[in-house]
Order: sequence, then C-alpha cells, then structure tokens
Amino acid sequence: MSLAAAACTLALVTAGGLVTSNDAALAVPDWPLNWGRLVPPLEGGIRFEFAHRVLALLAAVVTAWLAVWIQGREPRRWMRQLAWWAFSAVIAQALLGGAMVKLIDPKVLAIAHASLAEIWVGLTVAVAAGYYGVCGAGNWVARLAVAVLFIQAVLGAAVRHGAIGVVPHIVGAGFAAGVAMWASLGVMVRHLDEGKLPRPAVALLGLTAVQIFSGVAAYSVRAAAVHDPQPMPLTVWTTVAHVVLGALTLGAAIVLAMTSEGGKSTSR
Amino acid sequence: MKKILIAAGVACALTLAGCGGGETPAPKADAGATPAAGGAATPDMDNGATITGKVIFDGTAPAAKTLDMSAVPACTAAHKTPAKSEELVVGAGKGVKNAFVWIKSGLPTDKTWAVPTAAVTITQEGCMYSPHVIGIMAGQNLDIKNGDPTNHNIHPMPKVNADFNQSQPPGAADIDHVFPREEVLVPVKCNIHPWMRAYIGVVSHPFYAVTGDDGSYSIKGLPPGTYTIEVVHEHWIDQPQDQTITVGAKDSKTQDFTLKG
Repeated sequence: MSLAAAACTLALVTAGGLVTSNDAALAVPDWPLNWGRLVPPLEGGIRFEFAHRVLALLAAVVTAWLAVWIQGREPRRWMRQLAWWAFSAVIAQALLGGAMVKLIDPKVLAIAHASLAEIWVGLTVAVAAGYYGVCGAGNWVARLAVAVLFIQAVLGAAVRHGAIGVVPHIVGAGFAAGVAMWASLGVMVRHLDEGKLPRPAVALLGLTAVQIFSGVAAYSVRAAAVHDPQPMPLTVWTTVAHVVLGALTLGAAIVLAMTSEGGKSTSR
Repeated sequence: MKKILIAAGVACALTLAGCGGGETPAPKADAGATPAAGGAATPDMDNGATITGKVIFDGTAPAAKTLDMSAVPACTAAHKTPAKSEELVVGAGKGVKNAFVWIKSGLPTDKTWAVPTAAVTITQEGCMYSPHVIGIMAGQNLDIKNGDPTNHNIHPMPKVNADFNQSQPPGAADIDHVFPREEVLVPVKCNIHPWMRAYIGVVSHPFYAVTGDDGSYSIKGLPPGTYTIEVVHEHWIDQPQDQTITVGAKDSKTQDFTLKG
C-alpha cells in the first residue's frame, strides 16, 4: 500500500511535468469540472491536463487509503502522523491546483504546486521506507542532502515557470550534486569492508550522476530549440525526465537519511 | 476516526468551494483606462505628418519552420500543405512581417485620443490566429472568433492588463474583450494547441502599425513634434528598437529599422 502511494505520487509528478512542458496547464479553464463537465473533449493540451487531474484524484484516494490503512497496522506514532501529513499534502496540492486554474496560473502558485509535489513524494517515500523497516538516524550529511535537493527542486520549478533565470539552478546543481555525492560516497566508503554497499547510497550516487546528465541534456535541447515552435517532443521528454529523476533523487536521499549507519534498522 | 472525519470535511469543503467553476469573465474597463470616444482627438489626415518605412532583416533569412499539428486531426485537415510558424516571416527584400511599430512617446500628454467604435477582430482559423499580430487602442473592443471545427481556449498573458482564460468551443459566440491599459505586446496563446500564438499591441493612441508581407508600415495623421518610434517583434521580444524622429505638419518622412538575425 505504501509503495503504491509512493508510485502514485511519482506518476503524478510525471503527469504534472508533461502538463507544464506541453504548456497545457490552462487548457481546461475551469475547476473542479472540466469544460463544464466531468469528462472534457479529449484533444490537444486538454488530454494532458485532464489526465493529470484524474491521476491526482487516484493518488489522493490512494494516499487517503494509506493514511487510514496504516493506522491499525503501524504501532509507531510518527509513522501514522507521517501518513496523515501525506494526506494533508495531497489536499493542499488539490487546492493549489484549483487555485492555479482560477487565478490563471500565477508563477508563485505554480512553483508552490511543484514544490509541494516534491514534499508529497518525500512523505510517501518516507512512509514506504519506514514501513519496510528503514528506520534509523542517518548521518547529518544525508539529511543535508535532502534539504539541498529539495531547494534545488524548488529552484528548478522557479526556472520552469519563468520566475528566475537558469543560473541559480545551475549553481545549485553543482552544490546539490556535491552534497549528494558526499553523503552517498561517505556511507559507501564506511561500508567497503562489509563487501556489500548500502543500496540507498548506491541509488543516490547513481541517480545524482544521471540527474546531472539529464539536466545538461534538458538545458542543451531547450537552448538549441529556443526559436522552434514549441513544444518540441525532445524538449518535453528531456525536461520531464529531469523533473522525475529529481524526485527520485530526493526520494533516495530521504531513504539514505532514514538509514542508520551500520545498516541497523528499527523493526516495526 | 476523528481525523478521518476532519480530513473528509476539508476535502468536501474544498470541492464545494470550487464548484462555482467556470471561466474568467472578460474584465471591464477600469479607472485609469482610456476613455471612450466623445470630445477626444482623432488623427489629422489632412495636415498631419506621415511616417513610412520598412523593417529589414539583417542576416540570412531562416526558412519558416513547420508546425506539428498531427496531434489534432481537425487542425491538420484545415491546411492543404503543412502550416508554417509565423514567429519570423521574412518576405521580399528581407522585409520582416508582423513587426509592431508604434509611437512610444512624444505625443501631447494633455490630449485624449478617440477610441474607434469598431472592434478589432482576431479569428482562430486552421488552429492559427489570423491576423498573427494586431494593434488595438486601449478601451477598444477586441472581437475573438472561433472559425474552427475544434475547441480553443483564449489565454492572453498581459503584464499590465488583467489576464483571462476562456474556452471557446466550435460555433460558440464571439468573445468580446477590452484591454483598458497600454501594453506592447500582449502574447496570446491557446493551451490546447500550444503552437498557436498571437500578439496584441495595446496603445493609448491611434499611431501604430503592423508591418505587411514586405516589412513596410505607415503611420499617418501625426501632429507635428519629436517622437520616439519603436519597433517590437516577437522574435526579438526583449529587444525593442527605438528611434527618434521629428516631423512637421504635412511632412512625409521615412524611418527604417534593421533587426539582426
């Protein structure tokens, strides 16, 4: 159940990325209805926005079910609270999405919507990790990586919605990559003699490397096609891949931050 | 259980709050907007000055890019040959089409200019805006038509005027809108068909023009004076070009612009 919720949030981030990249956020000018009905005419940008809304509803139901489901199964109070926070996040996210439509997509709300999506992903990943036994105090570098990667995601959202230039995001990428590699390599080096590397550290290191390349690709493609009729498919997919990989990287950092040094986990 | 009920209540309240749904109505002219005609001045075609000129592309003219409308068959079917982007159209003699030329400053500040009662029309045809660039006076009515057998949403993105986003299904009534404040240029897009773009120059006086196929323009009936004349084009949207020009009564002067590719 917790994995399903985490998967739903990630799918929703993908759908949201497609909406933004296809410039389709306002293809449906009303909310919560769609062109005045439940199912709008499915053409052009409407398909992306409507799919995003349907997935959001599904993810909200799954998150709500997770919050209820975990109450009777989870003895740890913080885990039960985390699930409620995830549910609160999805409600706030729905409200933000509706406000974006009503207020015609102000940048600040669009950035808040994208940032809250990252928080929601983080919460569901934390619930899933905690449920499957990942529960300890990771080192402070891993916690710093979580914070830095989240800030980097917010900067990315600000770039995507035209609130800032790309330079802060590029500078942030260097810093975030450095901290993420420090966190993952530090853990890996300390466990070298065990002959088995901690999976969260390997995942964070790998995803960070891929994320750097996806960022370079997304920027290069966009720069090369700046005067082309948008959206170009390559621009869309490289950018959406960068957004989704960013969420995955943040998720890996959260799991690493919840992984106690020495591999010990607190059982449920 | 209490938490569940509270959360469900919040969800219901949010849903109900949004049920007013619907589209943003076209804003009406507000305080500070250009007043409608009535005692206001009009261009003096007999004694006023005329400025003509061309907007020239400097460089190798790029080939027009093909628009990918394949996602919407109704749009593709409207074109016998694949539609081309109008973002940069370089015509005969390297003239740049669809540049907006206007008197940016220099007009008497104590004068109010009559707003034409006739509306300016922009039509969605073949999933493109026609015309691609228009000029309109602040306070003048803009008439938006959907000539397509498909859905559109009209989404201007002004920075000074209020924005709006309205759906327009095929056969729907025209949408009337008034931009109350001067703003050059207001981008307009359709989020259903993201290649659709138009630009509107909203000016508080009647001295503006949009360049034709050969890049030429003409502004007539100007009172004598020294003016800043500006050209704005979507390809160089952040790099408008200004020139200063002085005209007397009945003068006819030429002012060309060069846009570097």
